[in-house]
Formats: sequence, C-alpha cells, structure tokens
Amino acid sequence: MSATTTDAVISYDEVLERYDPVMGLEVHVELGTLTKMFCGCATEFGAEPNSQVCPVCLGLPGALPVVNEKAVESAIRIGLALNCEIAQWCRFARKNYFYPDMPKNFQTSQYDEPIAFEGFLEVDLDDGTTYRVEIERAHMEEDTGKSLHVGGSTGRIHGATHSLVDYNRAGIPLIEIVTKPLRGAGERAPEIARAYVAALRDLLKALDVSDVKMEQGSMRCDVNLSLMPKGTDALGTRSETKNVNSLRSVERAVRYEMCRHGAILDGGGRVVQETRHWHEDTGVTTSGREKSDADDYRYFPEPDLVPVAPTRETVEALRGTLPEPPAQRRKRLQSDWGFADLEMRDVINAGLLELIGETVEAGATPAGARKWWSGEIARRANAAAVDVSTYAAEHAITPAQVVELESLVTSGRLNDSMARQVLEGVLDGEGTPTTVADARGLQLVQDDSALEAAVDEVIAANADVAQKVRDGKVQAAGALIGQVMKAMKGQADAGKARELILAKLTP
Amino acid sequence: MADLTRDDVAHLAGLARIDLSDAELDRMVGELGVILESVATVQQSPIEGVEPMSHPMPIVNVTRPDVIRPSLAPEDALAAAPESEQQRFSVPRILDED
Repeated sequence: MSATTTDAVISYDEVLERYDPVMGLEVHVELGTLTKMFCGCATEFGAEPNSQVCPVCLGLPGALPVVNEKAVESAIRIGLALNCEIAQWCRFARKNYFYPDMPKNFQTSQYDEPIAFEGFLEVDLDDGTTYRVEIERAHMEEDTGKSLHVGGSTGRIHGATHSLVDYNRAGIPLIEIVTKPLRGAGERAPEIARAYVAALRDLLKALDVSDVKMEQGSMRCDVNLSLMPKGTDALGTRSETKNVNSLRSVERAVRYEMCRHGAILDGGGRVVQETRHWHEDTGVTTSGREKSDADDYRYFPEPDLVPVAPTRETVEALRGTLPEPPAQRRKRLQSDWGFADLEMRDVINAGLLELIGETVEAGATPAGARKWWSGEIARRANAAAVDVSTYAAEHAITPAQVVELESLVTSGRLNDSMARQVLEGVLDGEGTPTTVADARGLQLVQDDSALEAAVDEVIAANADVAQKVRDGKVQAAGALIGQVMKAMKGQADAGKARELILAKLTP
Repeated sequence: MADLTRDDVAHLAGLARIDLSDAELDRMVGELGVILESVATVQQSPIEGVEPMSHPMPIVNVTRPDVIRPSLAPEDALAAAPESEQQRFSVPRILDED
C-alpha cells in the first residue's frame, strides 16, 4: 500500500458508520506580559518590524536569557485553573531546528518536564451536557518570528524567491496546552473541539493572562486527528492541522479531516503523518511538510537557564488569585439576573455578558441592561461588522451611560421612543444621555393640561372615530392616540394619552 | 554505539541543510563514526546513583520582573544581517522547488 495525500472525502455519516474519531487539541496562547519570555523587549502588537528585538531574542553570541517572573506565574495560574499538578521542579529545553523564524536555530521550550500536567477542563455543550476534556500538559515556550514570503504567488512559501523576517514576535511568552487523546466523542467530535477551545478562551480571559484574540493569532489551535475502525482499539495515524484560527474553523477542520481520513482508509490507503494547513476560504486542508520526529529536534535541557522550582507556598498563593470559573459564573449571573436559558444564551453569543454585568453593577436593572445593549447598540455593531465591546469603545457608549439612559425613562422624563433617539445621539457622539436629551429638547410633557387640550382637539376633529370608541370599539382609540402624540410632537406619555381618551369617551 | 549508517548521515545533513556529495557522505560516515566512538567512551563511566546534571550550579528560580527594557534600534538590529529589505531580515528561499 502506498502512502497517499489524496483530498477525496466521504460523507460525515459514512465516517461515523465505520470509524471512531480520536482527537487531540494543542492550543498556543500568547501571554499578555509587557515583555518577552527571556528578555525585556516589549511585546506590543503591530509595532514597526524589528523594533522590539535585542541580542537575547536575536540569538546573538554571548547573550544570556533570564526568565520573565510574570510569565511563570501566568503559566502556573493557567495550570491551576485547568486542574493540573504543578511541577515541583522543571527545566526549559532547546528544540533544535533549522528554519529562519528563530534566529537562534532553536526554540526554547519545555520537553519532558512541563510546568503543569495531568488536568482537565469541563466543557458545556449546546444540549446542556458536560464533557470532560483531559489535559495532558501545559508548558512554557516562546513564539517565533513572522515571515513574509516574496516573489511567489499571494505570499505563499512555495515559489518564493526569498523571505523577509520580523523578529518582534520571536520570544513572546507562549503557553502550549495539550489535551490527551479524546476518544468516544463520535459524531460530537467537531462540536466538542469547538466548545473546548471556546471554554479555554473564556477561562484564559477570566484569568487575565492573554487577550486571546484568535484573529490576531494570540490564541492558535492545532488539531490532531485520526480514525479508528469501529470495533477495533488500534489508533490510526494522525494528521496535525496547524493554526486553525477561529472557533468555527476548529469545528470545520475536525469534520473535514474526519471525512478525508475516512476516504483514505476506505480506499485501503494509509494516512501520512504530516502537518496540514487549514484554508478558511475553501474549508479544506492541504499537505504541509512531513512531521519531524521528536528525535530530529534533538531536545536537550537549556544550559543557559536555571530550573524553575515553584515553592508550594507560591503555588497556593497563586491558587488564591484564581477567578470564579467562567461556566460557574455564567450560571450564577443567570440566576441573579433572572434570565431565561434562551435569553442567557443570546447574551453570551452576542458577547454581551461583561457589558451587561458592568451595567447592572453600575445600577441598571438586568432587563434594562439587556434591552439596551442587545437592541440598538448590538444592531449598529452588527451593521458595522464589529463586536459590541469594540463598537462601544469606538463610540464612547459606556455602562454608566446605559444606566443614565434607563434612569431617564424610569424617572418619567423620557418614554421609550425618546430614549431610543437619545441613544442614537449618544452613539453619534453628541454627548451623555442627559446632554443629548437637553440639546434635542426631549422631555415628556409633564403638564397634563397641555395633553388634555390636545386630546380634546383631536376628539373634536375626529368625531367619527370618537363615536366608534363611544360605541365600544376600544381599539379605534389607537388612531386618536397617534393623533395626540403627533400634536404633542412625540413628547407625551402615550399611556397617559390613552387613559385620558378612554376616560372621556367611555363610561 | 550502533554503527552510523550512510542514511543516518544523509538524514542529518538534510536537517542541517548541508549539501553533501556522495563522496563526502562516504567520508563523513567514516569520520563521524570515529568521533562518535571516541565520545562513546564516556558511557563507560561509573554513573550508578549519579543524577544527570544540566547546570553546574545548584540554583533555581532566577527570574526578572516584567519590566520593559530598551530594545535595539532596528537599523542596529539589522546591521549584521547580510541582507535586509523593508526593515526585515532577508533570508534565502526556504523551500526548494519541487
């Protein structure tokens, strides 16, 4: 049998009939430290090329790396949050390879002595059940430089005449989190992969150790996948799909690789152990280089760095800094706020949990906070194709302003439609809700005599409609209310107008 | 020490991106074999009960605070590069044409 990299696929149902998927997920997270893992260079995203480099991260002769204390603390906190054991003593190791993204010709990583190992993460699935993902290890390492490939088509490495390297990213602290092989997921494998990465992202965000922006590459996922013929216990050969950079892609990549492996195995072929590249646009993977064996990396303990041996006191002190686990917090907030399951899911999916939390904390009612954030603000953010927090930051709308807006309604100064106009003004940069309401002269008319006069006029001018109401057709009053509101230029309480009209026309 | 094969040397040369001619490969198998054999004499040392050592000093936890220090100016960083372009290190083609 010859090895094959054919891209034929079979249907997902066919895969499930004949095979069980085994999946391993490796997630790389760039820590949000101010400086790199082994030197004091800044880590700011988007800086000019090669402006955040020094002899240490350029691997110049004689440079001596020193470990970033904050990075080690973050690694331990991540390990603890993943229910891992924390090593009593561990070392860094050199992973040797020849590729220009690391000027040292090795990446400083950890090999057989990770800082954290043997943990798990409980992952909530859409149907309300929980799946436990076993964590094998979380280890410390450094990111690599960024290459631009010149002379080929569309920046591909194939066909390039040469490459240009920016080492700003080389040396940024990374934590690599590796799951154990996940078996028995069956048809839910793609969903579980996605839910795990989402849960991990939420956890890392709650720990405040990384900005976890998949689209900027500060969190990246590699998907290892193999198939076992049903009824056997023999692990198949796996492929490793690199840099799958969105939650949706994680799910799609698992599914695609299952269908691709299935086609190879069905045809009597053999899966090649190799790196695959994920293509977001076409939803397929293509073959990359064949994977080196660990032997080829010639790992050995890093002689320039001394071992890391966190004391148990340090570990316990860091355990004390862990936040409430995100899944538990969501359940608590849902019950505090009295949201239905569906409402809560919408809030989470729309990325509004934190904004609503802050707004409630600032004094709004949960229902009010949800209404304003998921209404006009979310609509505008959607139209602008950005997430709500980004939109809010760009348009200076804050939780405090939503509180102010709500209080303008509850105090009786504005009705709902006026409040919407005020919100539009705030989003257009006209100032705080009160400023906008003042500037636009928005104020419910409190003087009942003006409203009563308007009601009388409208009844007189619409005698036929008024007669219908007198005859018991109460819904006809709607037309009169509309006329009154028009006469009042919208600045009246429609409820009160209705009361007055009915009081005058019905016994 | 198991004998070093010609395939082993060719594989290592590939990883190290060193082109070796057939004649060089043949020579290297012999020369590297002698070197490995010489180094292998350390394996005769009595090491029972001796912990492997990776650092000469018994110290742990040497760290620095997460405080930014000045980096090199880009032109200084690039000064030693044989070639640069767009303020980046220019490196030769990474993949050979298939």
